[in-house]
Amino acid sequence: MHMDNKRKMLTGNAAAAWGARLAEVDYIPTYPITPQTEIIEKLVHWINNGEMDAKFVALESEHSMITAAGAANVTGVRVFTATSSQGLMYGFEMLYTVAGWRAPFVMVNVSRGLSAPITLEPDHNDILATRDTGFLQIHCETCQEILDSILIAYKLAEDERVLLPVIVNMDGFYLSFTREPVEIPDINEVRRFLPAYDSRHAFFRANQPLSQGVAVLGGSVYTYFKYQMHLASRNGLSVYKETAKEFGELFGRFYGVVEEFMMDNAEYVLIMTNSFSTIGKAAVKKARAKGLRIGLLRIRVIRPFPETDIQEVLRGKKAVAVLDQNISVGKGGILFSEIAGCMYNERERPSLLSFIGGLGGKNVSPQEFEFIFENLQKADKTGATSAPCLLYTREEWHGMENLKKIAGRNP
Amino acid sequence: MGNNVTKDVQFKRYLKLELLPTPWCPGCGNGIVLKTICQAFYEINFPLQGTVVISGIGCAGRSAGFFNLDSVHTTHGRAVPVAEGIKYANEKLNVVVVSGDGDLMGIGGNHLLHAIRRNTNITVICFANEIYGMTGGQVSPITPKGVKTLTTPEGNPDNPIDIQHLFVGNKSFFARTSAYHLSHMKKCIIAALQFNGFSFVEARTMCIVNYGRRLGYKNSNAMLNHYKETYKINDNAEELAPNEIGILKGNFQADEQLYQ
Repeated sequence: MHMDNKRKMLTGNAAAAWGARLAEVDYIPTYPITPQTEIIEKLVHWINNGEMDAKFVALESEHSMITAAGAANVTGVRVFTATSSQGLMYGFEMLYTVAGWRAPFVMVNVSRGLSAPITLEPDHNDILATRDTGFLQIHCETCQEILDSILIAYKLAEDERVLLPVIVNMDGFYLSFTREPVEIPDINEVRRFLPAYDSRHAFFRANQPLSQGVAVLGGSVYTYFKYQMHLASRNGLSVYKETAKEFGELFGRFYGVVEEFMMDNAEYVLIMTNSFSTIGKAAVKKARAKGLRIGLLRIRVIRPFPETDIQEVLRGKKAVAVLDQNISVGKGGILFSEIAGCMYNERERPSLLSFIGGLGGKNVSPQEFEFIFENLQKADKTGATSAPCLLYTREEWHGMENLKKIAGRNP
Repeated sequence: MGNNVTKDVQFKRYLKLELLPTPWCPGCGNGIVLKTICQAFYEINFPLQGTVVISGIGCAGRSAGFFNLDSVHTTHGRAVPVAEGIKYANEKLNVVVVSGDGDLMGIGGNHLLHAIRRNTNITVICFANEIYGMTGGQVSPITPKGVKTLTTPEGNPDNPIDIQHLFVGNKSFFARTSAYHLSHMKKCIIAALQFNGFSFVEARTMCIVNYGRRLGYKNSNAMLNHYKETYKINDNAEELAPNEIGILKGNFQADEQLYQ
């Protein structure tokens, strides 16, 4: 059935570009930023070669880029764009605005820690900062998943029950620059799954003037539109499942809102997202071999938040650790708070532990995973759940002490 | 001669030598600009304490940390407002921005307009290489029309910013120089540092790895030779022709003290 499909070694960035190419997007506003730039370079290369028919524009900032993406999209064309970290933050104002315009385009975010201090390596403070904007969010672990998620994302965004933009997220460096075998679907099959965009809610027709992006005073109109967005996002859960099922049936690859790994008979659960889940899975596998009944739950769709799916997986478990690759300064792990929120009213709720690791791309070593697993068992026996716990090794601490000496004038 | 040797190395006091080498590619012109700024600092005896260097993001942005001075490496495009904030809070400080054309004229272009308007007493030294080098060679706000970059493989469809005329129109200090013309660059930087008001030096510098080699330059030296052959020095112009480098003789107040 999939004989014609090509299998290639692609970086995460190239897989993202292939997703946009196969979605046959019309317009691509861009601005370079490490580690995303390879995506837009690939696209303009194809456009220049005549392999792709789209309008590509290099803008002067991400703020203009996201504005242009939303504005073009509500004239009725299919739009793709990509950014990362500081770029996502610089365009932040417009994320709320274009979502409010109900512009159903797809944007890739290549996660990277936020300044200051400046870094290039990944964590999820950038993408998770945008969780309240109205964008739906799909978080990827593999390069194949990036390509496939972009196709699913367009169908999800453009569904009349949703009509909201979607961010497809991948980790900078670990996924953006890592080559993996990726199956590139046949364009005709993609067209069957994702027909051309036919916008019925927002368009530009001379004979049918439409007021978009209006100002409203008095809270009732504002509330109406905001709540419409919320309901549409919630619709996204069932529309996602429908869409991903259809995708799976056509292409043979199935993606849930969450992914369960070694969850059979599991007593303990480790919760992660994105590419670091791969090392989490390796640690879980090792612990299983030693007899610990543990599994990993990877949250793939973070907006809309899949409460019910998470509750079902965690029901009756002894203890659960959330490994957040982000830090909400003054609170702790963002995902931990979200998971805790969705478990509170559960009758059989497990102990919940919070760990923060992998900030700015910092590695999470096998020993650190073992530390988490020991704490899970301890929590089950004693009920001790001190939170949040930062993963940081002794050598890292000593290295930091040396760097501090170089950075400033010492009195 | 002995004196000259001493003078030649004295500029190094403005650098954190233990951090060298710089992260820039072989053949990059940024090191020339960095060194010339330090020579200019030395020549007018800029105090080590009391001078602040601010940079934005990009290859040039990396230079801030190499100065043996208080420095801030800020977010993309925001070097000028950070510098203005520092200057307004403490007017005694010498405040110098070092950043690239993409950072200063592209994503930070709006700040530049308003700093010119306010005539904030800071100096901006723009490492103008016509390209987004750090991300691998994408079109910048001063890439000439028709030039091929990774994001304009068919040639840049847009006009470059006419940066000089922002300053001409606002009667503000502007100088253009190049990495080939070392003593001229030093002269421009000194004039800008001594100018009482907003001053901007467009230091033309070469990116061979992510720009020049794709345009057919054999090496960095060929780009330097291009500057040598292209640019004529005109330090007495009311505006500079495209093939001229120089300090604008504008209507601004401190004119006289500049050309002694």
